[in-house]
Amino acid sequence: MHPAYSVIIFTTFSGAGYGLLFLMGLFAAGQWIEPDRWFGFTGFFLSFTMVVSGLLASTFHLGHPERAWRALSQWKSSWLSREGVLAIAGFVPFSLFAFGWVIYESHDGAWRLFAILTVLFAVLTVYATSMIYATLRTIRAWFNRHTVRIYLAFAIWTGSVWFNMLAHLFDLHTPGIGMIVVVTGVLALWLKRKYWVFLDTSPTWVPAESATGLGDLGKVRLLDAPNTQENYVQKEMGFSIARKHSVKLRRWAFFGYFLIPWLLAVGTVEAEPWLKIPAAILAVVVMMAGTMLERWLFFAEAKHTVNLYYGAQDS
Amino acid sequence: MTQIPVNTTGKKLGLVIDLDICVGCHACAVNCKEWNTGGHSAPLPDTDPFGENADGVWFNRVHTFECGDGADSRTVHFPRSCMHCEEPACVEVCPTGASYKRAEDGIVLVNEDICIGCKLCSWACPYGAREYDGDAGVMKKCTLCIDRIYNENLEEVDRVPACVSTCPVNARHFGDLGDPNSDVSRMVEDRGGYDLMPELQYAPVNKYLPPRPKSTGYEDDRPRQLKPIEPTVSGEDAGGLFRWLDKVLTR
Ligand code: SF4
Ligand code: SF4
Repeated sequence: MHPAYSVIIFTTFSGAGYGLLFLMGLFAAGQWIEPDRWFGFTGFFLSFTMVVSGLLASTFHLGHPERAWRALSQWKSSWLSREGVLAIAGFVPFSLFAFGWVIYESHDGAWRLFAILTVLFAVLTVYATSMIYATLRTIRAWFNRHTVRIYLAFAIWTGSVWFNMLAHLFDLHTPGIGMIVVVTGVLALWLKRKYWVFLDTSPTWVPAESATGLGDLGKVRLLDAPNTQENYVQKEMGFSIARKHSVKLRRWAFFGYFLIPWLLAVGTVEAEPWLKIPAAILAVVVMMAGTMLERWLFFAEAKHTVNLYYGAQDS
Repeated sequence: MTQIPVNTTGKKLGLVIDLDICVGCHACAVNCKEWNTGGHSAPLPDTDPFGENADGVWFNRVHTFECGDGADSRTVHFPRSCMHCEEPACVEVCPTGASYKRAEDGIVLVNEDICIGCKLCSWACPYGAREYDGDAGVMKKCTLCIDRIYNENLEEVDRVPACVSTCPVNARHFGDLGDPNSDVSRMVEDRGGYDLMPELQYAPVNKYLPPRPKSTGYEDDRPRQLKPIEPTVSGEDAGGLFRWLDKVLTR
């Protein structure tokens, strides 16, 4: 699949934004963090910015952005529509939760309810995003049980690196936050590795013989394509990176999304402020770049069945 | 809207494509383009039509495959267009309701007035039947020529999709595949018509008729072999005037 930058930016940033909201809601609901006004303000500002800019980025590639509101209508059947509805509905609990934290500096009573709803909406929205991909039978690399897990795990992991940075900035860091970083990082790493093993070992999804139904006549090869220059279908669905590049890129992604930020965040927990704050900020920067590469691979490694009509031997 | 209709008439309009006799002339694809660039989804864009990067929307494309090896190999021409699937995930994924499947005849269409051009439906189609119109910012696809098949301004014989009407070898047939007694259903029954990528469970309505087995057994009833034409007498062997003429003419 062609890796469109708007979609990569959208899923990476909105994932991190929802992950951060998830953790703020979780820590508030558990009363594990003080409702410090400026911590709250910065956290909500960052997560709202990421979520909103992600949503805006996802409208860039639309043919008719001015009609985007229509995408809210088909929630009964379409995961894309459900995602839109959840993304917008989520702003009600998010805003009320933010209001209590920033204005009243409180996590108690009703504010706590909004914290819990924030956790719920953050999870549901990321889940809906992942289901857009996980339900496409045409793409083996997405139509599997790994897709949803990876989207959720990456949202929480990327959110926790942001959360860790904020906690250091406002001197509210606790061992609990350190644990979250350790655990969610390992979780994201583990699930992603399992996914890559799955990709490398899963058998052919649909063979060329089944796409044409001509298997009885022997091996099927494309002799003439219908068109001499690439058409829309080939441009949109045809991108696929060479295997040797994918090995190298996966390694870089691993350093970026996991190893470097994880070591930076975990290794400096006990360090002096002059060290741990820059380390936590650097961890965020490297982690976002690595996650974008990971997302790029998620598209670039995915093979669509339509390529079978344009010369691919398997899908 | 994008839910698949449950209360249908049972009618499933579609195409049956005979791979045994398709000659790969692309006439169906050309006539499809010709009709539809003035029809329901008009216009079908063509960008840089005479340049290096010619591109454009086509609802029907003809691929040519080679199957098997050596003397047993065969060339099969393979037209491909929307199958008007019974379980069209392209419709279910559409967030706006622009894509829909008609309850009355099963035709899958795009309402261009509400399509936002998110392209997700084209990702959901296994057969590559949907092509995006970058000029109009909307998705386009085969309409099964709804503007011909119900068009009372046309002669009855012409009320078939443009591709079917133009096929010079009659490799394309149109009809109701929901009716077991229709001509197309009988043809599918007799010839072992099949679905493409059945494992994906889109339940395509269009069917393909397989190429007939290649006839090879000439041993007993060998057809008359044509004799190679003898080489004409060359000037060298001729005498007199002809030799002289040959010399002059070959100079
Ligand atoms: S062939 Fe593709 S576009 Fe046509 S109905 Fe089936 S899934 Fe949809
Ligand atoms: S491109 Fe148009 S028809 Fe296709 S899914 Fe998006 S809104 Fe629906």
